[in-house]
Amino acid sequence: MARFLSKILLTSCLVCLAANWIAAQTGSPAPATADARIAKLEQQVAEAKGSADNAWMLVSSALVLMMTGPGLALFYGGLVRKKNVLATMMQSFAMMAIVTVLWGLLEYSLAFGSGNRFIGGFHHLFLRGVGPQPDADYAATIPQQTFMVYQLMFAIITPALISGAFAERMKFSAMALFMVLWSVLVYAPMAHMVWGKGGLLNAALGGRFPTLDFAGGTVVHITSGVSALVCALYLGKRLGYPHEPMPPHSVVLSFIGACLLWVGWFGFNAGSALAAGTLATSAFVATHFGAAAAALGWSAAEWIRNGKPSALGAISGAVAGLVAITPAAGFVGPMSALVIGVVAGVSCYLMVAKGKARFGYDDSLDAFGVHGAGGTIGALLTGVFALSGINPIFKDSQGNPLPSGLIDGNGYQLVNQLVGILVAWILAIVGTLLILKVVDLVIGLRVPDDHEIQGLDLSQHGEEGYYWEASAS
Amino acid sequence: MTKIEAVIQTSRLDAVKAALHDVGVEGMTVIEVRGHGRQKGHTEFYRGREYTVDLLPKIKLEMVLADALVEKAVHAITEAARTGKIGDGKIFLSRVDDAIRIRNDERGDAAL
Repeated sequence: MARFLSKILLTSCLVCLAANWIAAQTGSPAPATADARIAKLEQQVAEAKGSADNAWMLVSSALVLMMTGPGLALFYGGLVRKKNVLATMMQSFAMMAIVTVLWGLLEYSLAFGSGNRFIGGFHHLFLRGVGPQPDADYAATIPQQTFMVYQLMFAIITPALISGAFAERMKFSAMALFMVLWSVLVYAPMAHMVWGKGGLLNAALGGRFPTLDFAGGTVVHITSGVSALVCALYLGKRLGYPHEPMPPHSVVLSFIGACLLWVGWFGFNAGSALAAGTLATSAFVATHFGAAAAALGWSAAEWIRNGKPSALGAISGAVAGLVAITPAAGFVGPMSALVIGVVAGVSCYLMVAKGKARFGYDDSLDAFGVHGAGGTIGALLTGVFALSGINPIFKDSQGNPLPSGLIDGNGYQLVNQLVGILVAWILAIVGTLLILKVVDLVIGLRVPDDHEIQGLDLSQHGEEGYYWEASAS
Repeated sequence: MTKIEAVIQTSRLDAVKAALHDVGVEGMTVIEVRGHGRQKGHTEFYRGREYTVDLLPKIKLEMVLADALVEKAVHAITEAARTGKIGDGKIFLSRVDDAIRIRNDERGDAAL
């Protein structure tokens, strides 16, 4: 019995030894030194941060896409007459398809590849070299592919914003060609100048005139808003404007759209931190406060002037505030955001309600009044309220933070902001005029009068947004 | 045989319908319409632009009744539709030559 037990004991010892030996051969050996273990931990920490940042940036990318469809499509779709609802929504949706292809083939490289001060080069053509490795100049913790797709969503919404100016009268084909050319000739250079490597206005990478533009006040809103004004002037008024009433056919659709824009804007602005850290939170908070203050500002102005605060006014104000806070989001505190918001809300209301009537142009859906005016105000006020304590973007040679904006003690920043604004205005005016001229010659911009009267849904797309079916029920 | 066309305030439809049923009116056609009489419209503001809305939403009731029922029906409508304010609407009466029930070709009062 004792012999039997000792045999079992011996066998189990041998089995244990063998198992240990196998484990030692197949499993990873324990790190030999403390240094190696620390290095391994550091790598794991970096990977964890990378994953967290990447998760936020992918969500942000989706949020920004949601701003175009359904956000902007609904916002604009509700503002037009019934007969043009689909055509207007399609102008936004088409950007989701057209700009995506263009971005992959060419535009990303032109915007974010290294090049000269004004435009990027060709080495990321067809997204060559855009893979899982981060591009440390832009965002060191996320795959460049994430950065690329995030920036793509901005490139989609920017031209879609312009479509508000020529709604209800432009040919779909002309619009598509215009947008392709505009993306390449206006958006790509502007994005490169402000955010690209070596760009003239890049504040983070040592541009000649460092313009503070956190999420696209100049790149997105001034370019689109000013181009919208040029389009409205070049195309001329809609038939019957302004003596025929053209009220929005569904403020309900616009309402839903504007609320989606507000939510999506968190991806737009807080996402522009390009990481999931405290700066994203700060930008998120500023964005929200700016929108709220502007909704109040617009509503108050309207209440005083017309006796009632309208739903359309409140949502338009929120959008104007979101536009104005866009360049400032990652540089200012919540109280500054309130000021920026309320100034934008009131000024954009005056621009839309008074300015447009005075100058007599027909910017159908107020793309200029909201994005052009709001973007310009926001870009200027960013130069006033930017704080290095929130985002130390300017540093001296030792890496110590330098003051950012006027209240931070850097009054000169206003000059830089003005240069950025001026460049955006000039590029938008010249580029858009040129492109309109070309498209006018090649295709012709406006639909024939009878098509405009019939409505663009039928004449351009052969369908109706609200089909009347007599035999339904 | 008389056709009654009554244009009334939208908010009075349920009361008018109930009053008509009480006096024995069995069928009617109700249409959502827009129009105006002496009642002025109102103004709406969209992004600071003023729109005068002078065609206001109304309800139009149509029914063709045997002559014996007409005065009772008119009384029912006026009593139920009246709010005493401008914009309460109007009633129009006109002679109708004949009526035909599609299901079985009945004619005249029998078809009503």
